[in-house]
Amino acid sequence: MESVIENHVGRDTTLIESDSIVIRFSGDSGDGMQLTGTQFTDTAAFLGNDLSTFPEFPAEIRAPIGTTAGVSGFQVHFGSKEIFTPGDEYDVLVAMNSAALKVDLARLKKGGVVILNTAGFDKKNLNLAGYPEGANPLEDGTLDNYIVHKIDVTKFTKECLAGSGLGMKEIERSKNMFVLGLLFWMFDEPMDYTISFINEKFAKKQDIADANIKTLKAGWNFGDHTEIFTTRYKVAPAQLPKGTYRNISGNHATAIGLVAASELTGLPLFLGSYPITPASDVLHELSKYKTSNVKTFQAEDEIAAICAAIGASYAGGLGVTTTSGPGMSLKTEAIGLATILEIPLLIINIQRGGPSTGLPTKTEQSDLMQAMYGRHGEGPLPIVAASSPADCFNTILEAARIAVEHMTPVICLTDGYIANGSEPWRFPTKDQLAPINVTFTTEPNGPDGTFLPYKRNEKLSRPWAKPGTKGLMHRIGGLEKQNETGNVSYDAKNHETMTRLRAEKIQKIADYIPLAKPDSGKETGKLVVLGWGSTSGAIKTAVREAIADGHEVAHVHLHHLNPFPNNLGELLNGYDKVLIPEMNCGQLLQLIRAKYLIPAIGLSKVQGLPFTTVELKNKILELLK
Amino acid sequence: MTTVTEKEVAPKLLAKDFASNQEVKWCPGCGDYSILKQVQTVFPDFGVPKEDIVFISGIGCAARFTYYMDTYGMHSIHGRAAAIASGVKALNPNLSVWMVSGDGDAFSIGGNHFIHLMRKNFDLNYLVFNNEIYGLTKGQYSPTSGKGKVAKSTPYGSVEEPFNPSELALGAKSSFVARSLDRDPKHMQMVLKRANDHKGTSFVEIYQNCPVFNDGTFFAFSEKETKQEQSIYIEHGKPMIFGNGGSKGLKLDGVMPVVVDLTADGASVNDLWIHDEHDKTKAHIIASFFDTDYNGVAFPRPFGVIYSEDRSTYEVAMQEQINELVARKGRPSLDKILSGDKTWTIL
Repeated sequence: MESVIENHVGRDTTLIESDSIVIRFSGDSGDGMQLTGTQFTDTAAFLGNDLSTFPEFPAEIRAPIGTTAGVSGFQVHFGSKEIFTPGDEYDVLVAMNSAALKVDLARLKKGGVVILNTAGFDKKNLNLAGYPEGANPLEDGTLDNYIVHKIDVTKFTKECLAGSGLGMKEIERSKNMFVLGLLFWMFDEPMDYTISFINEKFAKKQDIADANIKTLKAGWNFGDHTEIFTTRYKVAPAQLPKGTYRNISGNHATAIGLVAASELTGLPLFLGSYPITPASDVLHELSKYKTSNVKTFQAEDEIAAICAAIGASYAGGLGVTTTSGPGMSLKTEAIGLATILEIPLLIINIQRGGPSTGLPTKTEQSDLMQAMYGRHGEGPLPIVAASSPADCFNTILEAARIAVEHMTPVICLTDGYIANGSEPWRFPTKDQLAPINVTFTTEPNGPDGTFLPYKRNEKLSRPWAKPGTKGLMHRIGGLEKQNETGNVSYDAKNHETMTRLRAEKIQKIADYIPLAKPDSGKETGKLVVLGWGSTSGAIKTAVREAIADGHEVAHVHLHHLNPFPNNLGELLNGYDKVLIPEMNCGQLLQLIRAKYLIPAIGLSKVQGLPFTTVELKNKILELLK
Repeated sequence: MTTVTEKEVAPKLLAKDFASNQEVKWCPGCGDYSILKQVQTVFPDFGVPKEDIVFISGIGCAARFTYYMDTYGMHSIHGRAAAIASGVKALNPNLSVWMVSGDGDAFSIGGNHFIHLMRKNFDLNYLVFNNEIYGLTKGQYSPTSGKGKVAKSTPYGSVEEPFNPSELALGAKSSFVARSLDRDPKHMQMVLKRANDHKGTSFVEIYQNCPVFNDGTFFAFSEKETKQEQSIYIEHGKPMIFGNGGSKGLKLDGVMPVVVDLTADGASVNDLWIHDEHDKTKAHIIASFFDTDYNGVAFPRPFGVIYSEDRSTYEVAMQEQINELVARKGRPSLDKILSGDKTWTIL
């Protein structure tokens, strides 16, 4: 939806109001596209737009310069309406070199705007990007269907900073600021936020700060004074619910969620972690909160990371470990230990493409079965999954609540897409957060003043007696335990009793979680789209569009993957068809079919990329035919 | 205050107070019984309340130790005791943390955790019962079994070079390295006390006889026919003397250890090497002279505290950093953390 609202007097510039815009910043890994995208996003957020972002970068830290392997992209979708995805296609593509154009042109809307840094299209860059000898997309008609702006950003930046005293390398590094300034002008957004960001970031390097600000302003002025650009765009603030917002990524929300979980439970937080993409940012972020009763421990490996967290939980803290797929595999034996010990523990898996090293920087939802069944022996565990960047916060609190109130490890699933992506978050205040109850046992609970560490309450959870508690000395371990006493037992019947008690305890959590209900659409109908995790935004957008078109379709999104909400089977049976889209080969699909014996239909995507709205909508329409 | 008073009047505990109600199930004659007895004997002297003691063990015969102590304890998974104990101590530095492993648990499956535990230097005590064999899995060679060891999985002899545990610990920056053996209760009690007193990770290797799968491996160091000739009991500040009736000693020729015959003319105790447990260079020599080839000269096996060093412990350094940050920056409210620095309001 676009409408022309203004013509500049004296200049032939049209200001078009749009309800949503998608911009893709694309360049070499060293071109600063992530920073440029983040600055644009933060400014749009400040102006009250709703938004969703999708940073996409290579696994190599410095892939060969100028090649398609080294392309780093940042996509932002912002609007005056509610935004749930980073957008299927973009309205504006910024391509800093030939490789960026080659990789990202395909998803630029026909008629869209492409801004090119011509310095990145010389013979050398064209060769590096793999264009055939003599071919040049700037000249061969490739860009005929687009509005093309060719600017020698590199040259303008050099001219702008001539005499600044900076070296050529530092000058070149500023060229992203020129582009950012130009984009701010194009979208009628102020530069103040970024200027204060630069001043803070380079507080101790005033010459660098000055150079960046000068280049930023030069980009703005370039748009304002040259007559190349005839169109500017205006995206009005979104009609979001009243309140105070911040922009947040999933990993940041996870870290803050852990700090909040510590405060709400009153437990010291201990994170044992080993660096792994895309989970490391949680370790980085949480390490900044050491003044908030938080201890972070970078262990020697993934196994040590979870084992240290188990030790911390045993000692009476809230033990947490963060990782991604390969690390999750390494932790498996220790998760089994925590399962049989029945101690609280948060295991956060920020999923990426697998198996093995797979696609470290790309997203996937393919670890659900691992979370569900990835242990030897019978050892079910609760599983919760975050549906958006901000939802990571709620998911962590829910996981912590289950862990301490039900005395169990909990697996939290997020993924690379929502971990790195961001959205506006109407953050809560502390008093809006529900308390989480923790009770440490301090008195004997058995006959003759004995302590029975595996005597269960109404939730079937066992008492938590931490070392240091007088009179309750007891030993726990990985060997099967006698019911109630916790003493080692190889008794046949006892093993079956304990196996069933542990499973029943997990199943009982279903009595303490919300019932499933549609996010969009009605409680019965022709079709329900059942999702989990990061597919939420795309499903919500597709289903709402289909409903607006008059179709009878609903969206149910699962936050608890084990146990399922008590009414899930009944709810799904109220629809003629069930569609389950997943970024895997149909893992929830199998679980739903097996548990409820319903012929659910899968939509599978394993490309390391999230679903587009169009992909989902096409499938919805196909099933409604 | 109440707690302090109670502790003041609490009667001194006895060895039997540290025995749990569980039946001890090691094989008859196992060296582990002696170690359990010495630990239970010396613990009352430490004056630490039972509720403040935590035993963490991995998997193996030795690891069952945890079940037999009436303290807090966790019998965990193979090789990982070091990592679990690190988490316990990091979270609650007030606890007295003890770890028990066998040679397979500590040096094979747990090898990575072992070396990192040494350098990190949490204030805890790590007892490794070395019997140079896998017992619980019924007799395979271990990473401390000698080259050529014939065992279940090496019917024609092991082709591997074994670890020298004290040398490994020193190389991994251990702050306390000691050795004792199951058949010398008094010595073991002394070493356990030293380990308890040391602030940092105290690594104590205890030679332990496995009567079923590796009987007599250490008899050369424990039986009176050979003990004096083949072992040397080292003490800080004392000359390095060994042999029948103290007939031999050690001195250093540069960095070369030399066996001195004290019965020879002109030989004097005054010329001997005086053990300095704070000297790391010499500790390396002590740790390794028995399995280093010095032109075919045989050196005795050292028992006692080989090395000790005062340096900051992990949990204290971790806490001090936090305290310093809190003093400098204060603790932000949760509301401040939730809002962050950049917000906007929709009215």
